[in-house]
Amino acid sequence: MIEVNRKGEVWIFAEQEDGKLSDVPLELMSKGQELACTLGVPLAAVLLGRNVAPLASKLIAHGADKVYLVEDDRLGHYQARGYCHLICRLIEQYKPQVCLYGATPIGRDLAPTVASAMKCGLTADCTDLQIGGHGDPVTKVEHKNLLFQIRPAFGGNIIATIVNPSRWPQMATVREGVMHMPAADASRKGEIIRVKADLDGVTLPLTIEESHRREKKVNLKAARIIVAGGAGVGSRENFRPLWDLANALGGAVGGSRAAVDLGFIDHDHQVGQTGTTVRPALYIAVGISGAVQHRAGMQEAAKILAINNDPDAPIFSIAHFGIVGDLNVVVPKIIKAVRGGVKIESLAEKCK
Amino acid sequence: MGYNCVVCVKQVPDTKKITGEAMKEDGTVNRAALPAVFNPEDLNALEAAMAVRDQYGGTVTVVTMGLPAACAVLRESLFRGADRAVLITDRRAAASDTLATSYILSCAVKKLGADLVFCGRQAIDGDTAQVGPQLAEKLGYHLVTYMEEFLGCRERTIRLKRNVGNGWEVVSCPMPALVTVMESANTPRPQAAKRLMKYKKALSKAEVQAKAEHILEGDFENYTAELKAAEVEKHCAKLAGRGLLVEQWNLDELGADLAWCGMSGSPTKVHRIQSVVLTGGEYKEFPPNDEGIARLIGELIEEHTIG
Ligand SMILES: Cc1cc2nc3c(=O)[nH]c(=O)nc-3n(C[C@H](O)[C@H](O)[C@H](O)COP(=O)(O)OP(=O)(O)OC[C@H]3O[C@@H](n4cnc5c(N)ncnc54)[C@H](O)[C@@H]3O)c2cc1C
Repeated sequence: MIEVNRKGEVWIFAEQEDGKLSDVPLELMSKGQELACTLGVPLAAVLLGRNVAPLASKLIAHGADKVYLVEDDRLGHYQARGYCHLICRLIEQYKPQVCLYGATPIGRDLAPTVASAMKCGLTADCTDLQIGGHGDPVTKVEHKNLLFQIRPAFGGNIIATIVNPSRWPQMATVREGVMHMPAADASRKGEIIRVKADLDGVTLPLTIEESHRREKKVNLKAARIIVAGGAGVGSRENFRPLWDLANALGGAVGGSRAAVDLGFIDHDHQVGQTGTTVRPALYIAVGISGAVQHRAGMQEAAKILAINNDPDAPIFSIAHFGIVGDLNVVVPKIIKAVRGGVKIESLAEKCK
Repeated sequence: MGYNCVVCVKQVPDTKKITGEAMKEDGTVNRAALPAVFNPEDLNALEAAMAVRDQYGGTVTVVTMGLPAACAVLRESLFRGADRAVLITDRRAAASDTLATSYILSCAVKKLGADLVFCGRQAIDGDTAQVGPQLAEKLGYHLVTYMEEFLGCRERTIRLKRNVGNGWEVVSCPMPALVTVMESANTPRPQAAKRLMKYKKALSKAEVQAKAEHILEGDFENYTAELKAAEVEKHCAKLAGRGLLVEQWNLDELGADLAWCGMSGSPTKVHRIQSVVLTGGEYKEFPPNDEGIARLIGELIEEHTIG
């Protein structure tokens, strides 16, 4: 742990694999800039890897004021031991006040390892980050300008704000899509600080015998229209009409965590706090109740259509359009209407 | 030969059942109405450990930290085939965040000694997946997250397949190691009828205390505190004699430094809890018939949302 350091920078772990930056650190740049600006400190990216120097300019173009660059052949394939060791040395040396990580498989392996080694706090899957004050109810000490780590709390319609008043750095992970990726500005200037990878005495335990990568099955963030199904859909088979509807609309298929847990659809498709956050032009929620963790990932859709046979389902309270009815009846009708092409003229006539 | 395996498990509220009764008026969870279950991926961790034991020899010890009621998941582990179960329960461990929890668990694993530690990838009440990696770091064990298939042990090395989200890899890693296990890794074996018959009577000391009035004979209300304690001890000794006493450790018995436990050991604090008020009702409703749906689609086309 490091002491409270008000001059400390805001850091973002610039996760990359095979020389390609992940989306989340770039998305985090917009929020990182906002936090750094409020705190009056620079925003820095921490970039580790083998031959990754070319990525530094991209990080700067997206908003980093500084890039800490650590290159070493032994960092080519991510391993918690080596990455954690180097990041902890950097934290001890530069004393950042905030460290943010993508809640990706690598981020969720690295961030808790660093938190344990630094004996500092870590909040997973934040849906928002803010700066604010916190009064300790016991000691009555007022802590100014802390990182508010905001996430739905377990159970019900509640949102918790977590703080880490004294054992710094303040660390959090954020899922894909939660923050907006800022546009790149190639004219931005930033400082690149090369740091030697001091891995003496650190053994990297894993031998990677085989490694396979696949393209993500779905790019929910890019979809203009998302047809998402929940537990109410009932089975993997019953998801078929949702795929058909998405096809007819030129959209993608999403699911609630319940639908993923029940095996109706793969985790790549999960929308929500612990899945992807999406902002499509139209989000069709089919048989989804609208739990707070789900809403966190879709409530910024431009238009929401809810289809549910329970008129009291919370999803209706954030919907723009609603159909109270059985999805097994409604979805085929929608497919038919979309495929058949509803005659707008005649409707327009009627309205006159 | 053989390997000593420790499995860390958690009793969690069944998050799939947060409906109706399970919610209070103010929108928070009515824990009393929520069934408590064995965290699903911890069952896969237990299965992974038992598969290692069955193939190479060794032992499987299951550890949980929680209220005395959490002993239920230890019993279930015994039904399914665990050799030994340990309950860590202590009021001073309350309000532990993941960092404090992993510290306390690390004290238990050190006390037990383990070649391999298995944890579920994450617990469904938080999805944070933090305790596994933090525990590995505290122990100084090698960390291997997201196991999807166990491929075997060779002397002091394990081989396994990991799911890394956008793909998979086969890795080998020397012991001691901590492995976090995904649901896809295996199919947990069911409870064995014979073991169930035997271990359903297994209790921890805390449970004996809580249930003392029902279990102990005699006019319990008139007992003095010392007598009660003596009766509890006696009953525990009887259970122990039949191999039915679930071991129970408090923080002193773990040799834990209290500064790193509970509230004081938890750097994260709750600043505020807010209820989300759903204002509701502002949506445009369409009837679930052909005409209604045609109107809806027409409107979506007209406003250029689709088409
Ligand atoms: C730490 C944590 C993280 C989480 N992260 C996420 C997340 O990222 N994403 C997520 O989605 N959830 C998440 N959840 C789970 C969330 O709390 C809910 O349990 C989940 O969203 C419920 O999914 P659902 O709406 O599909 O299922 P349910 O709540 O069971 O709702 C099913 C709905 O279908 C309707 N229905 C049933 N039959 C029909 C029919 N024939 N026709 C029409 N409607 C029908 C019902 O009325 C009901 O409203 C998380 C939970 C926790 C604790």
